[in-house]
Amino acid sequence: MSRTTKITVRDLKLWYGDFEALHGVDLDIYEKEITAFIGPSGCGKSTLIKTLNRMNDLVENCRIEGTVELDGKDIYSRKVELNNLRKRVGMVFQQPNPFPKSIYDNIAFGPRTHGIKNKSELDEIVEKSLKQAAIWDEVKDHLDRNALSISGGQQQRICIARALAVEPDVLLMDEPTSALDPISTSKIEELVSELKNDYTIVMVTHNMQQASRISDRTAFFLNGNIIEQDETRKIFTNPSETETDNYISGRFG
Amino acid sequence: MRRAYDEELEKLHRQFFQMGNRVNEAIYKSIKAFANHDKELAKQVIDEDIKINEMEHQLEHDCIELIALQQPVTADLRKIITVMKACADLERMGDHAVSISKSTIRVKGNKRNTMIENKISLAGEKIKVMGQEIIDAYIQYDTQKAREIAHKDEAIDTLADEIKKASIDEMRQDPELVLGATDYILVSTYIERMGDYITNISEWILYFETGEIQELNTHHNYS
Repeated sequence: MSRTTKITVRDLKLWYGDFEALHGVDLDIYEKEITAFIGPSGCGKSTLIKTLNRMNDLVENCRIEGTVELDGKDIYSRKVELNNLRKRVGMVFQQPNPFPKSIYDNIAFGPRTHGIKNKSELDEIVEKSLKQAAIWDEVKDHLDRNALSISGGQQQRICIARALAVEPDVLLMDEPTSALDPISTSKIEELVSELKNDYTIVMVTHNMQQASRISDRTAFFLNGNIIEQDETRKIFTNPSETETDNYISGRFG
Repeated sequence: MRRAYDEELEKLHRQFFQMGNRVNEAIYKSIKAFANHDKELAKQVIDEDIKINEMEHQLEHDCIELIALQQPVTADLRKIITVMKACADLERMGDHAVSISKSTIRVKGNKRNTMIENKISLAGEKIKVMGQEIIDAYIQYDTQKAREIAHKDEAIDTLADEIKKASIDEMRQDPELVLGATDYILVSTYIERMGDYITNISEWILYFETGEIQELNTHHNYS
């Protein structure tokens, strides 16, 4: 199987003020695969995932060194337009965060920002995105309902649909199921493994079983370093590094 | 995620079925080769055993991976454990088919005894049928059938005993038979062992359904 590298991270260092949160990280993310980031809290997983669509730009006193390339092009170059980057690299967060608007307007928000005004075109995008996020059947009869009035699991799928509506290449998910019950979690996992046919997915998770169940590759983070990155089946059956082994099998400290 | 996981479990089931068919084919051929003194067919069984071993390794590998990646519990866990244990039994049955084939190659040219060879063929026919039945029972997790098949093992044990006794009697009367009859005894033991492995698989079918590990035919007597 020949794989295309979608994102290349090289010697990436990141500081929040004086604090160095990432100490020169190298990572390859392959196209149409699910890459999971695992590791204890404060190890840099969320920090790294945020650098992949420059969410860290919003953090004061945050600076980076090193490179992040998307399809071989540096995303931190001056030529890159942020809106455009975030259209290509969408994000879903831990807490479902739909806008306090109708379901329809939530999904249409992105396409509208990117200049689509035509009603029938928007209708089409909304339907397609909700279908891709496996929630169309549940909400199709009340698209005008406030997105905050539906369940947490449904809200999260609305957020995924919202991210898909601008047709990104990459979907970043920062603990997308940690606020959800097991049934909603299983729906999201099912959905994510479907989505990898069309998207490159990067997911931070505290749930190691989740990483083992759905990801193709896993990167293990510890104290701002990536200790090991490999095929998930390798990481979970016979990792190369003792630290990975200890963490995965629950021998901490 | 359940769907992909179910597909993986289904795949294990399919692989086990294919391996079972291969092993049964090996048994069938080894018995046929022995009855017909067919050295070529016997060699074929030996050559094809490599594939059976590979299938066992593949199954074990897939089971280990499923355990590590899916953390199976309840029926899923029992299904995986059952496949893992039963495929080791199948593999051993394949090895015995190889041993029978080696005897076939060895006995060619020795003096033979038709009466004993007929008995061996009869035991071989029986074990062949049991081998096919156990795969069917496994695929359907049919515990009733599993018990019935295990029960048939007694007839195999009796036949194996008869073959041993007859071989010893014939050797006493005709020392020229010693070489050939030693292999008759070996072959009867191989067939008898196959019956034991089939019984083991019956036990794993029961385990899958009931969650209890139990012994079906015990041999804890002194004769």
